[in-house]
Amino acid sequence: MNSFINPKRPPVFCPGCTHERITHTLDQAFQDMHLAGHQIAIVSDIGCSGLFDTFFNTHAMHGLHGRALTYATGLKMARPELKVVVTMGDGGQGIGGAHLLAACRRNLDLTLLILNNFNFGMTGGQFSATTPPEAQLGSGFLNALERPLDICNVARSAGAPYVRRCSGFLKNLAEEIRCAVEYDGFSVMDIWGICPGRYTKKNRLSPKMIDEVLAKLPSLEGVVPENVRPEYSHHYRSMIAEQKKVPDPAVIKARFKAPQAGRQGVLLLGSAGQRIITAGELLCLAGLTAGLKTTQKNEYNITVLRGPSISELILSPVEIDFTGIDNPTVVVALDQEGVDRRRNLFKHLGKDTLIIQISGVTLPASEAGIQRVDFKGQSIKRPDWALASLAVLAKLKKVIRTEMLEAALKVRFKGEALKASLDLIDRIDVGERL
Amino acid sequence: MAYSLLEGNESIARGAIAAGCRFFAGYPITPATTIYQNMLNLLPPLGGICLQGEDEIASIGFCLGASMAGMKVMTATSGPGISLYSENISFAIGSEIPIVIVDVQRLGPSTGSATRGADGDINFLRWGNSGGLPVIVLAPVDVRDCFTLTMHAFNLAEKFRCPVFIASNKEIGMTRESVDLQTLKTPRNIDRTPAPKDPPFVPFHVDPPQTVPDFLPIGHRILVRQTSSTHGADGYITTDSEIIARNQLRLEKKLLSAIDQFSFHEACLVDGADTLLISYGVSARAARAVFNDRKRQGKPIALLVIKTLWPVPEQLIRQIARAVKRIVMVEMNMGQYVREIERILPDKQIDFLGQMDGRLITPAQITRVIDRE
Repeated sequence: MNSFINPKRPPVFCPGCTHERITHTLDQAFQDMHLAGHQIAIVSDIGCSGLFDTFFNTHAMHGLHGRALTYATGLKMARPELKVVVTMGDGGQGIGGAHLLAACRRNLDLTLLILNNFNFGMTGGQFSATTPPEAQLGSGFLNALERPLDICNVARSAGAPYVRRCSGFLKNLAEEIRCAVEYDGFSVMDIWGICPGRYTKKNRLSPKMIDEVLAKLPSLEGVVPENVRPEYSHHYRSMIAEQKKVPDPAVIKARFKAPQAGRQGVLLLGSAGQRIITAGELLCLAGLTAGLKTTQKNEYNITVLRGPSISELILSPVEIDFTGIDNPTVVVALDQEGVDRRRNLFKHLGKDTLIIQISGVTLPASEAGIQRVDFKGQSIKRPDWALASLAVLAKLKKVIRTEMLEAALKVRFKGEALKASLDLIDRIDVGERL
Repeated sequence: MAYSLLEGNESIARGAIAAGCRFFAGYPITPATTIYQNMLNLLPPLGGICLQGEDEIASIGFCLGASMAGMKVMTATSGPGISLYSENISFAIGSEIPIVIVDVQRLGPSTGSATRGADGDINFLRWGNSGGLPVIVLAPVDVRDCFTLTMHAFNLAEKFRCPVFIASNKEIGMTRESVDLQTLKTPRNIDRTPAPKDPPFVPFHVDPPQTVPDFLPIGHRILVRQTSSTHGADGYITTDSEIIARNQLRLEKKLLSAIDQFSFHEACLVDGADTLLISYGVSARAARAVFNDRKRQGKPIALLVIKTLWPVPEQLIRQIARAVKRIVMVEMNMGQYVREIERILPDKQIDFLGQMDGRLITPAQITRVIDRE
């Protein structure tokens, strides 16, 4: 088998750098796997580990510091047949820590080789996430304050099914790399090495010392039995096989006539949990059944079941440009929170506007006509009030008609929910005009 | 008449599918989340890939990897997510990786107001990359635009191998609207140009007048290199200043020289009008209302709705503004695009109306500025 090393771009590492040995060992591993260059993608990022992609006659993607795992994830999902090998340094590992955790949890078939030499070499030997506190480095005393990260333990707790910690000087490293690449799932190798350009300027570290430290740590030999599970892309593909195609948006033909001509604006002023947005959608759908153009503009807070919820609906025979409403046909006052949010609106309302006031809601002064409705007295539950208020409009033949609302309900709901909503609108009492 | 009711975000998702997008990665963020939700409903049944990244950086990173594998990709976020995308946006520009990025803008700065709209990211989208090279930014006005401009965005990303932004807004993305989907004028899908089958493949080589390199996916039988470093045609890092200069110039020219091919806009010109109202995005809807009102009242003004914000369609703007004395520029921020208008039209009177408080700019506000003379 031929070497994958690009003869035009021989490795350029500092004399004595473990990265150079790993480069040749990775080449050996690829040869042992009998792969062709186009079956492999090397994904790297910044730092000395980021030079790896340039030395090999394989596919290559080199990106931003700490982000190699993210590019590799997209690549592997799109091309599951590729062997994707990611090289990162301990520096990039610190930067992209969230990506390591997520990759371990995801278990996509990538191989991550962490070329761990305990410092940011290229920028001048600053401390990284794995620097021992006693090391003398370009970050002054700062590394003395932080505890180094045990990448392998983190990977194991995060769910990586294959974790191997070893020395870059290991005799059978090529075989170890081959096992990791061939493992069908996310495999992490934390490969310890020496950075002669920076780290060992002021710190003693030899292959023997690396072996001694490794010998004291719990051994991690590859497969982590408790984390073994289906590989992500296979799993994803088996899950999507069961997904049903989403229907195209419902197309609603015009078959009714709206009760009033011209543009109508309706404001639903309620609060979260009253299904204001759904009621707004229903009003729009009802408009479509009369061939009207409609818009629904919503306003609510980021909280989910608290705070005001407002929907502004326009139904119009001509194109709607501005989606706000300054002169509404109808204001439905469903809850005090919604009314208070739009308090300033009321003083501008004229006689032509109708307010549907639900009992219990206090209205600011206005010239608008008021229809007072008691939903509580009709034993209607609060989440149904917004829908019930549409039934009031329909029965008053204001903006919509009952047949329009029924048709809208049939578009939006099916089965029991449809039956319940049709029953609800049928039994609504419209209250009294004040 | 037969209408459907869609929100802008769903329309973007459906437009993406129609354009051939089969890979989406995103991270939930109001008001863009429903794009992700729709893609999650739409893509898997088609055999497509929809992923939730661990954060926005991962989401765009996934997309860049998948795009280099040959897929049409999209991600969607809001202002805070665009901040996190920034370094990878620069990667996509410099290394010519096609991607569509949707920014459903919310009121900023920072985390701002998640459920309030604004057009505050317009300059950020243009200038939020290291190196300052041009990008394409399209701004939809309504649900129809959300569908068709998204399709155009994919075509442009493929054709020019660059990131293309959709500058939407909470007030478009989360607003539902009736639309007759049968009447949409949709473009034919364009795919990136594949390199000839025979090696050698030089990943960033162009033969002038070609300005965009041919593409092969990572995973092809011919080896492909991609790098975020300043590179020569071979995709290897270079320090040769001549090669660097030539490439930077090409990256700029490939978009600027082609702007006439994609200057989407709507111009309503009226004889005798001395004022031109210019707007974009959701504010263009209020501007249209004003245009129609004044026409009815016999006090017409001209209207220009810009839908390709970047690169700035300078010739187009000059030509449309030629006959008027005065420009009224309306945008939902404190004054961003108006700087471009001032630069392009130094001899016109330019009045500005901007607002950034979560409320829509109303037709009445615009009318007051026009009547101020």
